[in-house]
Amino acid sequence: MTTDCKYEPVALDSPRTEDTFSSDEMALDPSKRVTRKWEVFAGRNRFYCNGRLMTAPHSGVFVLTVCLITGTSTLFFIFDCQYLAENVTVAIPIIGAILFLFTMSALLRTSLTDPGIIPRATPDEAAYVEKQIEVTNSANSPTYRPPPRTKEVLIKGQTVKLKYCFTCKIFRPPRASHCSLCDNCVDRFDHHCPWVGNCVGRRNYRFFYMFIVSLAFLAVFIFACAVAHIILITREDRQFLDAVKDSPASVIVAVVCFFSVWSILGLAGFHTYLTTSNQTTNEDIKGSFTSKRGQESFNPYSHGNVCLNCFHILCGPVTPSLIDRRGLVTDEYRLELTNPVITADPVLSLKSYGTTVQQNGQSQINTTTEMPGLYRQTTENIDSNAGSVTQLINSELPLGVVPKTSENQQYSSQPNLNHSHVYSNITSVQTPISKSQSYAQNINAEVDRQLESHINVRTNMEDLHLDPVVIRDSHILPSMNEKRSPDLKLDNDLTMHDKENSLLSASRLRLLQDTTMIESALDLDSIDETSIGTNSQAGLMKVTV
Amino acid sequence: MGSHHNSETEQMAPQQCLKVFIQRDYSEGTVVKFQTRFPSELEGRIERQAFEHTISKLNEYFAIAEKATCSTYCEGCLACLTAYLIYICKETHYEKCLRKVSKFVAEQNERVYQPRGLIVTDPSMRGLRVIEISCLDRPPNA
Repeated sequence: MTTDCKYEPVALDSPRTEDTFSSDEMALDPSKRVTRKWEVFAGRNRFYCNGRLMTAPHSGVFVLTVCLITGTSTLFFIFDCQYLAENVTVAIPIIGAILFLFTMSALLRTSLTDPGIIPRATPDEAAYVEKQIEVTNSANSPTYRPPPRTKEVLIKGQTVKLKYCFTCKIFRPPRASHCSLCDNCVDRFDHHCPWVGNCVGRRNYRFFYMFIVSLAFLAVFIFACAVAHIILITREDRQFLDAVKDSPASVIVAVVCFFSVWSILGLAGFHTYLTTSNQTTNEDIKGSFTSKRGQESFNPYSHGNVCLNCFHILCGPVTPSLIDRRGLVTDEYRLELTNPVITADPVLSLKSYGTTVQQNGQSQINTTTEMPGLYRQTTENIDSNAGSVTQLINSELPLGVVPKTSENQQYSSQPNLNHSHVYSNITSVQTPISKSQSYAQNINAEVDRQLESHINVRTNMEDLHLDPVVIRDSHILPSMNEKRSPDLKLDNDLTMHDKENSLLSASRLRLLQDTTMIESALDLDSIDETSIGTNSQAGLMKVTV
Repeated sequence: MGSHHNSETEQMAPQQCLKVFIQRDYSEGTVVKFQTRFPSELEGRIERQAFEHTISKLNEYFAIAEKATCSTYCEGCLACLTAYLIYICKETHYEKCLRKVSKFVAEQNERVYQPRGLIVTDPSMRGLRVIEISCLDRPPNA
């Protein structure tokens, strides 16, 4: 820690020039290396070129996409273009080259830039938000009740539910969603596209759209040229089989294009529809803006005009990347990341809903084990408090302060919450610690970066099992609150219309899966209200209890 | 973004103090806008007008950044025509606006907030989710 202090003024005074300086320093002494923020980034993204480029993990399909496009185009340029340039026009290779370059540029832009990741809350902010939920919740009831996981905001007269994200410790902004593969909340989340190896969100949707459209043009163009090539050969008084033997590459290119062009065209059409109506794939599948339960519903984000929507999405101003991945990690930033905030409030020892800072793994387990008891205690308070923060939003005064104790105090006064001790008694330290915890420990202990990635490889497996638990918890809790509150009937009174809606979205989902491989990509918690009925939630309860 | 705070600010920015968070106002959609309601923790520490001026000025900057004007559309179209290669060498309108925001926050800190023992954190350092106001001389659980 102390060695880093002397770099701090450098980072602050000259953020542009520290680049060369720090790399020199790193070369001189590896133990004094300056870390950048991407190295301590909390999501699962991968970073290249010292944080300049980023993709989602498991980008194997992305490599396949690149190989398919470049391979087919190369065959086309070598075997077809020459013939067509000599016999038809020189414009063909020029147009082909422009289309190819544009497509590749858009593809690389889509997959190597930040899709619009919303940085996670600092411990202070998380504690502040938590405190606000906590106070409204415990105002009327003597016993502990889990706080609501959603809050409602009015957007242009339309009620929109914001969900609390357990991983990022924020109320997700409207249209944002948590990508389970990258483990980040992404603004204006569209979907996670394995073909481009990245999420598609606010910042890269335009690149994605241009990629899809230009790829559709490229595929049609190459297909047409390859077919034209074969036809022109057969015109020279030769049999079709001779023509195929003469230019087998054209046949391969034509076949590849023929099979891929349909799904690409379909996707381009679908995204054109989405763009003109200013929706995301996520919202379209969930049916966010279809009228349901007799309530009128409209898209509050639409600009009201097809052209304006297109312009705004494809050419409008775009937020710069907010995760500042090339920024230097200062001591202050480290503290912000790692300092565990645990309030001295004794109620907190009962708290088990998993929003306490830096407590991922531990609190999830608590939730699943303690939930039934908590609910039994609170059944008499059915009408006391509707489980929504609407009141809070209407009068959102900061209701609490953010108390914070030093780490030592915290551990002595809150032995229950010191989960690293709990875990170390059971198993070895490496596997069970949650990822953020392992980050925190590594930063504190200045453990070598190599070791950290090694641990993360192992803990990722843990995370994969843990994450669905969080998501299901978040379903159960709000839905149980809603069932008890008379004014928010959601799951019990599904009308036929709703069921039709859910069926529709399910069939749409299947259609999309078949064509675009998005199935793994949609956010899991989005289909809760319509598709997952009461029964399945009861089932989930049994599993988690 | 941290570059616009002077080093003194950064060193003083404490980990253990009362922090107030101004949340986003979504009533007009997803444009960046913060609530102008005066938080009770700041009562007696800063004048209501000064606070509201800061927030509304910030909202103004963000409104300019996100406003769909002809020039931003042209910028987007030009970027599209150059296959987005122009972004490598040119700063976008939004980035310029964020720079102005940082400058404004630093200036407000120096003139208004620091003399009163407060510090406003640049919202872009908090992902444009909140404006964080730290009360330096107040303990966290006051």
